[in-house]
Order: sequence, then C-alpha cells, then structure tokens
Amino acid sequence: MLILECPYCGVKAEETELSPGYEAHLKRFGPGSTDEEFESYMFARKNPKGVHFERWRHAYGCGKWFLAARCTATLEVFGTYPAQSSEPPADLVAKIKAKRPDWKGYK
Amino acid sequence: MKRYSVFAIAREAMRHHSGWERAWRSPEPKKHYDAIIIGAGGHGLASAYYLGKNFGITNVAVIEKGWLGGGNTGRNTTIIRSNYLQDPSAAIYEKARSLYETLSQDLNYNVMFSPRGLLMLAQTHHEVRGYLRTVHANALQGVETEWIEPARVKELVPIINIDGPRYPVLGALYQARGGTARHDAVAWGYARACSDMGMDIIQQCEVKGVRSENGNVTGIDTTKGFIGCKKLGIVVAGHSGQVADMAGFRLPVEAVALQALVSEPIKPCMDVVVMANTVHGYMSQSDKGEMVIGGGTDGFNNFTQRGSFHHIEETLRALIETFPMISRLKMLRQWGGIVDMTGDRSPIISKTPLGNCFMNCGWGTGGFKAIPGSGWAMAELMAKGEPGPLAADFSMWRFKEGQFIDESVAAGVAH
Repeated sequence: MLILECPYCGVKAEETELSPGYEAHLKRFGPGSTDEEFESYMFARKNPKGVHFERWRHAYGCGKWFLAARCTATLEVFGTYPAQSSEPPADLVAKIKAKRPDWKGYK
Repeated sequence: MKRYSVFAIAREAMRHHSGWERAWRSPEPKKHYDAIIIGAGGHGLASAYYLGKNFGITNVAVIEKGWLGGGNTGRNTTIIRSNYLQDPSAAIYEKARSLYETLSQDLNYNVMFSPRGLLMLAQTHHEVRGYLRTVHANALQGVETEWIEPARVKELVPIINIDGPRYPVLGALYQARGGTARHDAVAWGYARACSDMGMDIIQQCEVKGVRSENGNVTGIDTTKGFIGCKKLGIVVAGHSGQVADMAGFRLPVEAVALQALVSEPIKPCMDVVVMANTVHGYMSQSDKGEMVIGGGTDGFNNFTQRGSFHHIEETLRALIETFPMISRLKMLRQWGGIVDMTGDRSPIISKTPLGNCFMNCGWGTGGFKAIPGSGWAMAELMAKGEPGPLAADFSMWRFKEGQFIDESVAAGVAH
C-alpha cells in the first residue's frame, strides 16, 4: 500500500486517504499560446519508468494538494513537498540522485 | 504447418500424439527485415498477420521482450463488444468483433470465440439516457444493439439483483453478438499463422534503441544485436512511451495499472457478460467455471504490473450488491497489467515524426476486443504508409488539433 506523508499536516496517509493528480510541475499555457504549447500542457506527459514527480491531494485529511517524488517502476516514495514549489527542493533531488545514480534529472 | 482438424486428432490418437509440431518457430534474428513489429502481444501479432495476409509482406520479424502474449493479452478479462458511441470507435471495434466471428477458421486455431451476449447495466437515470443514445448511435453505425428493460435483464441473468438499494438495475444496453474469447489462444493462433507465413517471432529480445537517419528508421538495437528494417511498427501498450522515447518523440499517453481477478470455479450460473459501469465492475463466467471480474484502473502512473488492493475491494463491494450470491465466493487469483491511457481514452494508430515508423498504442483498458481490427488497420497503415478508413481518425496529432474521439465522456468511465 502506498503511503505518503502530507507535508502540511504531517500525517502519514495511506492511499485511500489520498486522491492522485498525475504529473506535477506542468507549465500552464493561456490565451495566445500555440497549439503545440496547449498540447504539451494538456496531453503530452513524461510518463517515465522511474522517478516521477506528481500531484496528490490529502482528500480525506487536510484537503490540500501537495507534490510527491515516487518511482513508477518500484513504487518507492522519495519524499513529499508543498504544492507551492515551482520545482522539486534541492535536498530531495540530491536524495534521489544518491539512490538512483542513473537518473537523468528532473528536466 | 500441419493443419489442425478432427482427422489430425484421430491420426495422432493412433500414434501416441508423437506427430504434433511446435506451433511456431523460435529463430535467431536475421540481419534485415522488410518490416519489424516491436511487441508480440495480440495487437503486434495481428498487425504482422494482416501484413502478410492482406498485403503479401512476409519478410517480417515480431520482437518481444518477454514471451508472446505475456503482457496485457494474457491479463485481460477477454470481453469482446463493439457498442461504442463515436463513429470511428464503433467502426474499428465492430470490424474486430466481426473478424473474431471467423477467426478460428481463418487461423486454423480455436480461439474459443463465444458470442454469448453482453449487457451494460444502467443503474442511474443518467446512464439510462446515455445508453439509449448509444443504442440509437449504434443503429446508425450498423452495430446491432438494443435497449432492454429490467425484467428482460433478470431473464438473461437470473443471479442478478435488480432491486439493489443503492444501484437498482433500470435497464441495460444489450449486444447479443458480444461475448468472450480465449485470450491466450488469440495470441497463439496469430503467432502460429505468422510463423507459417515465414515470419520470425523473436522472444526474450528486448529493444534497447531505435536508430534513424534523415528522419527514417534504419533499424533497432536489441539484446540480440542490431536488426535492420525498412519499416517499423511499435505496438507495445504499457511501454509505448519508453519505446517512443528511444525513437525520439513523445506520446500523449500515461501508464497505469489495471487489475482483474477470478473466483474459485463454480457450476454454470451466468451465460452472458455483465458490465456495471456506475459501480465500475464487470463479470463473466469462464469455461472453467471461475467468475472473471474486472474493475477500474488505479489513479497513478505505475509500471509494476500490480495495483492497489482497495480497488479490488471497491469492485467486489459494488458487485456484491448486484450479484448477492458472489458474497460467499473465494477469490483465487488477482493480477495487474500496465495499460496505456490517452487523454480521450481512444487508441492511437498513427504515423509518427519518423517517416517509416508507425505507432499502435493507447488501447488503455479495452484492447483485447480490438485485436483483429487493430491489426487490420495497422497492417494497412504500415503497408501503404498512409492510414486507411479504419485508422484515419486515430492519429496521434488529434490532441493538438482538438479532434478527440471522446469515449471517456461517452461512457463516463475508462473502458
């Protein structure tokens, strides 16, 4: 069972308490953007087999959105952080790099 | 290839079954092929088969990382139907369903197609309206379906509880020609027929890279070395994004886990397939007597071929209200597969940014039923270089253009 620690209320919440929200850190495009940009925002996904940054909501807890780094090949959770982050925190990236030397990085 | 027939069985019975051949060869890869298809699941093998049968292209290799039919082809709940709302979906799924009717004769391999009838229960008023609309759409598309009232549902499925407190059965969308087939046999039958045409099915051979020059694929790097090709078809379901990444383009696809389970075998109690989309469970009875049960996907990216336990619990909890007798059944086995979901829950059969590379993916949670139609359309695309009428609407660029084939809205669930 997947267990993620909510970065707001500190609860180690298991999956049934959470709602998944798929890929995090998408760049949102608005009026005046090209079709390619809208496609990249709405449909094109990294879908990596490995380290994935994604959105979750503590739906049956504090109700807030947060972000998590998780491995899609092993379901290992590397860590969670607040949804206000525009990119993954440096200490989390360092932690993932230590565990996954082959990882090509967040971009 | 020796044909399977009643005479072959009689002949072999006389000589202690010593004369059966292997169903397909396991050759080493040649240096170069006219066409390579990555992925020896149902869709990949069917694509190869119709390349040979419809277009005479037989210098073909089908490359498989594991064993053939070992991915989603061997993990689905074997349901076959074509009662879709949108015209392009109805066309390709109905083509597939009609090919299934004669597939055993065509392949000389018993795929055990059983057109036992299929019900999609309407358990809310919203669903009643939705399915009435689908019935009318199907009538225009030439797909035979009908709307049936609760009393008729009870007649077809005596074990059903039509007066459930939360989800009463208000009627159903009935496709009498829908049903099931033996999933492994579909892969095995296609593999045997492909091998008989001289195609090479290369198992235990993982693709490590796709080489290209001037916008055209020249071949693939595999664990058995480099293999050259004039055309490449990528038909790898859950790992479509990974192989597309090797070829240098990105797909509008995400991989999630979908689970299924079977109960202990019991005496025959249900001779149709029942789908309940509001509660998201579906059930049929296998020839062995097991109740074959499927549910919804997990909600997060996953490549592990196992899913979350609470989804099984939700599926069973919902089905127990509709089928009270299954509450005392023990579940024997449970498994998961990795399905490739697109934004509109419709597949991709498409040209790609590489000139001679073609993509067949995005079948999501409902690929098995489409295997013959998908192979038919993919073979036409690969042979001619342009999509035929079946594949034309399933381009990978439809997301950019807003030309969705929106089955997720049509059904309210992934399917």
